[in-house]
Amino acid sequence: MDKTVPDLAAAVSGIEDGMVLMVGGFGGSGAPIELIHALIDCFKATGSPKNLTVVNNNAGNGRIGIAAMIDAGMVAKMICSFPRSADPRAFTEKYLAGDIGLELVPQGTLAERIRAGGAGIPAFYTPASYGTDVAKGKPVAEFDGKHYVQERWLKADAALIKAELADTLGNLTYRKAARNFSPLMAAAAKLTIVQATRIVTPGDIDPEQVVTPGIFVNRIVEVAEPRQEEALMREGVAYV
Amino acid sequence: MSAKLSNAQIAWRAAQDIEDGAYVNLGIGFPEMVAKFQPPGKQAIFHTENGVLNFGEAPAEGEEDWDLINAGKKAITLRPGAAFFHHADSFGMVRGGHLDVAILGTYEVAENGDLANWSTGPKGVPAVGGAMDLVHGAKRVAVITDHVTKDGKPKLVKKCTLPLTGVGCVTRVYTSLAVLDIEGGRFVLREKLPTMSVADLQAVTGAEMVLPDQIGDLVAPEL
Repeated sequence: MDKTVPDLAAAVSGIEDGMVLMVGGFGGSGAPIELIHALIDCFKATGSPKNLTVVNNNAGNGRIGIAAMIDAGMVAKMICSFPRSADPRAFTEKYLAGDIGLELVPQGTLAERIRAGGAGIPAFYTPASYGTDVAKGKPVAEFDGKHYVQERWLKADAALIKAELADTLGNLTYRKAARNFSPLMAAAAKLTIVQATRIVTPGDIDPEQVVTPGIFVNRIVEVAEPRQEEALMREGVAYV
Repeated sequence: MSAKLSNAQIAWRAAQDIEDGAYVNLGIGFPEMVAKFQPPGKQAIFHTENGVLNFGEAPAEGEEDWDLINAGKKAITLRPGAAFFHHADSFGMVRGGHLDVAILGTYEVAENGDLANWSTGPKGVPAVGGAMDLVHGAKRVAVITDHVTKDGKPKLVKKCTLPLTGVGCVTRVYTSLAVLDIEGGRFVLREKLPTMSVADLQAVTGAEMVLPDQIGDLVAPEL
């Protein structure tokens, strides 16, 4: 078994209109920029995929990555905790014009909903948001004298993930704080697509060091010198 | 001493109460400043929502590694004994009661401990981040804030008028004029500027304060 695919275009093939797409990363840390840009290339060439629901902590920065997807008109709705950034123009303009939807989720609830999606837990209770506008319409229950809000799992048709090392079976490691949501999303998506800085032979990653086991991964493509969102921002790069 | 504490002095005062070895989360923005004022011999371990425990100061300019950032997306460094973990574990630390202290900024805080710090109303793009999680679980949830708004209105109020972040969650408030605990649904005055009378402080506080026999002086060094 070998989960590697030859190039970025092959990696992102099969993502269709209207799908729910999880994208790893917290701000620029862990953002799979090359996979996102390959998906934008696909949209420009074929008109698809569009009407995507994108799950990420944020809603893009500047004119690259998720912001460039929004600018291109591929995104119908964001599910995120913090749709602000150094340069949130892409999302802000569309949101204020009513051209993009937003499901605002407290960050820990977002993480746990994704975890639950990958773990087969349809709903859970959390203290976060109890008594606030964010909890409106959601079931509430009391446990041991405290109030909790019921939240539902979040699953995706596909996930784009940036890893540091991958072996050909899909076992992954991450670099520093670039891990963030990615292990959760890898488990919560039907089709998990990974860009790794280096692809190695099974056995080359110590099993003790594996963060995401290969069972959660479907495709791997090597991007040997991945660009970092923050660095691209500072260079003023726009992916249009 | 000037008529009120500067933000740095408020942060300094909050830092004095953090025990050695405490696990601490500092909200983005103003609260991040608390880390600079840890008293000698007391080393807190700082947690950031995006999956790092025991981070240190910002790196020198040009030395940033943008895979190593805090919740405010600022570059950080690691201290010996740091750890990385994913977001679900990170918020498990929060909600699971494993943090000793969370220190947050605020728009309003009510006498029953309600906190409003994420939204100023329906205009613009709403963004909540981790605030609604952070207010639950830490053993102490402290707020640092100017005592009044820019137009001089009380930020310590009987009931919040802005959208809530959490219900009954704040345990202590450090302001530019005073330190107050929230106990039994009331603001209990612990310290105030020595130059300020209780009556003058009450006049800029939106709920009636409980006045214990002992009220300390709020004194911070020039910073």
